[in-house]
Amino acid sequence: MAKNFSIRRQPGFATLAMFSFFVLYLPIATLVVYAFNSGTSIATWEGFSLRWFQSAWQNQQVIEASIRSLQIASIAAVIATACATLAALATTRTAPYRGLTFKYSMVNMPLLVPEIVTAVALLILFSRIKVWTGYSGLGYLILAHSAFCVPFAYLPIRARLESMDLSLERAAADLYANAFQTFRYVTLPLLWPGILAGLMLAFVISLDDVVITEFVKSGGQDTLPTYMLGQLRRVVTPEMNAISTVFLMLSLAIVTVFFFLSRNPQKDDR
Amino acid sequence: MSVDAAELNEKLHRKDIRDRWFLSAPALILIGVASVGPLLIVLLYSFLAPGNYGDVKWAFSTDGWFNVFFSRDIFDDTVSLADAHFTIFWRSIRLALATTVLCLIFGFPTAYFIATRPPQNRSIWLFLITIPFWTNMLIRAFAIQEVIRGEGLINTLLIKLGIIQAPIQMLFTDFAILLGMTYVHLPLMVLPLYASLEKLDFRLIEAAYDLYASRFNVLMKVIVPLVKPGIIAGSILVFIPALSSYVIPRVLGGGKNLMIGNLIELQFGQGRNWPLGAALSVTLVVIVLFAMLYYVRNAGKSGGSAHG
Repeated sequence: MAKNFSIRRQPGFATLAMFSFFVLYLPIATLVVYAFNSGTSIATWEGFSLRWFQSAWQNQQVIEASIRSLQIASIAAVIATACATLAALATTRTAPYRGLTFKYSMVNMPLLVPEIVTAVALLILFSRIKVWTGYSGLGYLILAHSAFCVPFAYLPIRARLESMDLSLERAAADLYANAFQTFRYVTLPLLWPGILAGLMLAFVISLDDVVITEFVKSGGQDTLPTYMLGQLRRVVTPEMNAISTVFLMLSLAIVTVFFFLSRNPQKDDR
Repeated sequence: MSVDAAELNEKLHRKDIRDRWFLSAPALILIGVASVGPLLIVLLYSFLAPGNYGDVKWAFSTDGWFNVFFSRDIFDDTVSLADAHFTIFWRSIRLALATTVLCLIFGFPTAYFIATRPPQNRSIWLFLITIPFWTNMLIRAFAIQEVIRGEGLINTLLIKLGIIQAPIQMLFTDFAILLGMTYVHLPLMVLPLYASLEKLDFRLIEAAYDLYASRFNVLMKVIVPLVKPGIIAGSILVFIPALSSYVIPRVLGGGKNLMIGNLIELQFGQGRNWPLGAALSVTLVVIVLFAMLYYVRNAGKSGGSAHG
């Protein structure tokens, strides 16, 4: 008895944890499996086939929505990451100064405001600008996505900056590097993994967005998620599963890279 | 000489602060223009009169706010409480609270499990928690839909096992919304809980056992008070997005079982009552702010001491 007694054990906790992991993955696994169904049902298995991937690939709407999603996500991620990098440089490694708290809360604000409220707010603002200027391109979506991606890009960049001390930058300055050179040759290379991690996080967040896009988009500007939302109202075929599966794999790949990027600095230190 | 040095220092300091404002300007402007600023417009719109085909008329009116709480009969002008709105608000709060409790029930053991693994394995378990989190919310809602639908996995399994004869209607019910929200928000509970539990000093638990505490007492009187900040953080992180859910009730509630988010959308779509939608949005933001305030006031206070 005494031998097996572990102070860390709590009865039932491991079972509940395993159950949680099981429940987290069961629906996703089901979804992926039925993407390979040869029948037209998403519930009755009729055999293995790749026909739904083919049908998704030939679906012009899906392809257009995917390209639009990728376009918006890449531009928005770059803008958001650039802004977040500068903001992180401005808000870390300093004694508290007036306005620091303001900047900090502004940058994180998009995380606190309910998405539906931001969506409605942007709908109001942009519909007015659309009337004034007559412009109804992808710019609105890119602007909206850039803004709500900033806090996500900011997170890993700030974390990375805070783990870097100023000694290397001071050494560079002592060796007559000017501010730009110090940034270009010292700060930036050290910060790079954080920036990449932020870029990827922003990319995934933009790619996943449904609510804000649904409200801001003009006619014919469906992204992949809003296209899927529209399709869910109708009879769903395994084509949806196939699209979801490809989407899932893309997110998974990005998150895996992100995971290893944000893990490395700790290893370097030890 | 020393005065000059102090002056120079002061100058450099001021330049540093100025540079820091320049550096943060792009982010502040971007968020100001496309995230925080528009919220003020929503506040403004909640005090205007509705236009005939959506949008607003530029006239001051409190009808938007009046309609949040009351409804006026179109025939005899009698005023009564807006039952439909209260029902939806109450349902949203109830569902969000139930989601938070369920996430806590499943999230706490999960976070504890991860925190008690050998250190080198923990990040793999954490990674397994974060993967579903980074999966598109819509895809996860669709996946849940697939599992609980009439001919879905759960019903098929229950029928094969002989537990039920005919499929149970789970999709398009409050149960489906609750299940979906718990499923989607579980990682948001596990991550802050893990952050707290990881720092747990197991010597305190050992001490409790030495003093003849039972496992249950150790859990409730030592562990829970110590990780209270994590519990509060996780609960807030789940409660706020759950309360303002839009996609989950739309996909799993089937358009009948509305939550606040869907009610707001309705005013901008079919309802064509933008001021009411704006007033409802402001109400939602106020509720969220109160939840945040509660968090800020409580997160700092407790933790670190086992007295809770």
